[in-house]
Amino acid sequence: MNNPIIDLKDLSKFYGNKKAVDKLNLQIYSGEIFGLLGPNGAGKTTSILMMLGLTEPTSGSATVCGHDATRNPLEVKKVVGYMPDNVGFYPDMTAVENLCFIAELNGTFGQQAKTLAYELLQTVGIADVANSKTSTFSRGMKQRLGLAEVLIKKPQVIILDEPTLGIDPSGVNDFLKLIQKLSKEQNLTVLMSSHHLHQVQRVCDRVGIFVDGKMMVEGPIESLAQKLQLDRGFKTIIEVNNPEFTTLSVESSLNTIDGISTVAFEENKISIHSTTDVTAQVVRKLVQSDANILSVNRNGYTLDDIYSKYFDNDNLKI
Amino acid sequence: MRSNNFIGLFQCTAKSNAENSFSPPIKVLIKKEVSSHIRSWRFIILISLIVLTFGASLYVSFSGLRDTINNSQDPDSTFVYLKLLTTSDNTVPPFHVFLNFLAPLLGIALGFDAINSEQNGGTLTRLVAQPIYRDNLLLSKFFAPLIIVSVLFTSLIMLMIGAGIISTGIKIEFQEVVRIIGFIGVSIIYVAFWLSLAILLSIVFRQGATSAMTAIGIWLFFTIFFPIVINFIIRPFIPNPNYISEQEYLAWHEMILNLMRLSPSQLYTDATTSILMPSIRSLGPVSMEQMIAAIPTPLSFIDSLMIVWPQLTGITAGMMICFALSYLLFMRREIRC
Repeated sequence: MNNPIIDLKDLSKFYGNKKAVDKLNLQIYSGEIFGLLGPNGAGKTTSILMMLGLTEPTSGSATVCGHDATRNPLEVKKVVGYMPDNVGFYPDMTAVENLCFIAELNGTFGQQAKTLAYELLQTVGIADVANSKTSTFSRGMKQRLGLAEVLIKKPQVIILDEPTLGIDPSGVNDFLKLIQKLSKEQNLTVLMSSHHLHQVQRVCDRVGIFVDGKMMVEGPIESLAQKLQLDRGFKTIIEVNNPEFTTLSVESSLNTIDGISTVAFEENKISIHSTTDVTAQVVRKLVQSDANILSVNRNGYTLDDIYSKYFDNDNLKI
Repeated sequence: MRSNNFIGLFQCTAKSNAENSFSPPIKVLIKKEVSSHIRSWRFIILISLIVLTFGASLYVSFSGLRDTINNSQDPDSTFVYLKLLTTSDNTVPPFHVFLNFLAPLLGIALGFDAINSEQNGGTLTRLVAQPIYRDNLLLSKFFAPLIIVSVLFTSLIMLMIGAGIISTGIKIEFQEVVRIIGFIGVSIIYVAFWLSLAILLSIVFRQGATSAMTAIGIWLFFTIFFPIVINFIIRPFIPNPNYISEQEYLAWHEMILNLMRLSPSQLYTDATTSILMPSIRSLGPVSMEQMIAAIPTPLSFIDSLMIVWPQLTGITAGMMICFALSYLLFMRREIRC
C-alpha cells in the first residue's frame, strides 16, 4: 500500500513561455480523497489532463496505477474515471443510453450494461429520470449522471474536475457526501480539483494548494492550519468596556506576560499577537486590573486565513 | 488485484468483459453515430430531398423510356437500366446530375459538426477519457455517415431496378449491374470527399455554424464560381481560333478542361457519365481523324473505367488528403472544455 497510485514527478507543462504547471511533485495513495485546490487558471485542469495522457507534459512524468500516462494512456484510461468540469451528455439520448454507451466502450455489453447503468443511477440518486433525455437535466442531475458514468467503468481512481461548480449549496453537500461514501465503500482513490476550499475540505483527507502552476503546500487541512499558526502565531481579541483604558496602560499591564509580540488597543478592542497561546493569562491579568471584559475571541486560524494566505497573496503579485 | 475490492455488481460484469472482448470500441462508436444520425431531423430532411429528386428524375426517364429504347441511332439503347438513370426530357435533370449537387450537401450535412458539436456539448472530453484510441473516434465519424449513405444509395437504385423489371419485364444485363455498382461506388467516394472535408472543417472551427458556412462556401465555389472564374481568366489569353492551327486550338481546349478538373464536381461528372454511358470513348475533344472507322459500339466496363481512372484517383486522393489533415490536427490536440 505504500506505492502511490498516482505519482507525479517534476511534471511541467509550458504553453509557449507561460508555465501552466511548474515541476509538480505529488503522490496520492490508494483509498485517499485528495483535494487539488487553487484559484482559476492555476493549472489544475492541465495537471489532470496530463495524468490522463490527454495532453503531453513538456517534461517530467505522470504514473497512474503503475502506467506511464504519456506513453500508455489507454491502460490508464481503463482504470481511471474522469469527470470534466463542464460535463455534457448526448442530449438526444436518455440517461441509461448515455451510460450504456460508455459501458460498451469499456467492454460491458447488452443486458449487463443496462443492469449496471440502472444500479448506478440508483446509487447516485437519479433513478427516477433514468429514461428521460439528458437535454432536460439540470446541472446537478448532470453532475450526478457524470459520477455514474465515471463509476460504470469500474475504476480504481476517479478524477473529478470542479465537481461542485454550479450546484446549489445543499446539492454540493449531498454530492460530496456521496463521493465520500462511494470512496469508502469501494475503496476508490479520489482526486478532486476545486477552487472552493470550504466545500472540499469537508471530505478531503488531504489537500494540496496549487497556485500559478506550483504546489504551495500539501497535507491534511488541520496540519495546514497548524502550519499557518506556527508561521504567524496566535491572535486574541478582547473587547472591554473601560473608557479610562489607554493603549499605554494596557500595554504596560500586559507586557509582563511571556510570548506576546504585539498589543494593539483600538475602540475598546485589545488585539494581541503572540507566539504561544496566552489568552488565559491575558484575561486573568486584565481582570486583575479591573477590566470589564465583554467578549474574548481566541482565533485559531480558520479556512479563510488559509485561503487568503495562499490565494490572495498570489492575487497581490499579479 | 484491486478488482477484488469491488462489490458483487462489479464482479459479474468483469466476467462479461472477457466474453465480449471481440467487439471493439470502434463498432460501438459507429453504432452510436449511425443511430444518432438516423434519429436526427437533419437526416430525415436530407433523405426526403434525395428520395424526391430520385423519384422525379426516375419518373421523367420512365415516361420517355419507350422512345429511348427504340432509338436505333443510340448504341446504348440496349442498356435499359442505365438509360433509366441517365435520360431525361430536359425538364428535370437525370439522377447523376442531381447527385452532383446533392452529394456534397449530404456529405457536408453529415460531417460539419462531427467534432465541434461534441466539443461544445462537453462530450468530447468524456469520450477521449475512455480507453479508446483517438483515431477510432475520427474513423467512426467518417464511416458511420458513409454506411448510411451507401445503404441509402444502394436501396434507392435497387428499388429502381425492381420497379424497372416489374414495369418493363426486361431483364438486367450483367454489364449493367457492374456499371451500376460502379456508379454507386463513385457516388459514395464523392460523398466521402465532401464528408472528410466537412470533418476537417469541424476540427478547425469551434463553431458548427462557421464550419457549415465554410463547407457550403467551398461547395458553391466549385459548383458555380469555379467554371466562371476559369473562363474569365483563360479567355483573354486564347488567340482567335481563325489564326491558330487545329492542334493549338485543341491544346487550349484541353487545358481549359484540365483546369476545370481541379473541381471535384467536374471529376464526378466525368466519372459518372463515362460509367453510365458505355458509348462514351473520350472525355475531351476528338478529332475527325480519330473518329474515322470507329464503330459506335458500347465500351466494356473495364475500358470505361480506364477512361475515368484519373478522375477516380483524383477524388479519392482529395478525400484522403482531407482525412489525413483532420487526423494530423486531431490526434495531438489538447482537448478541454
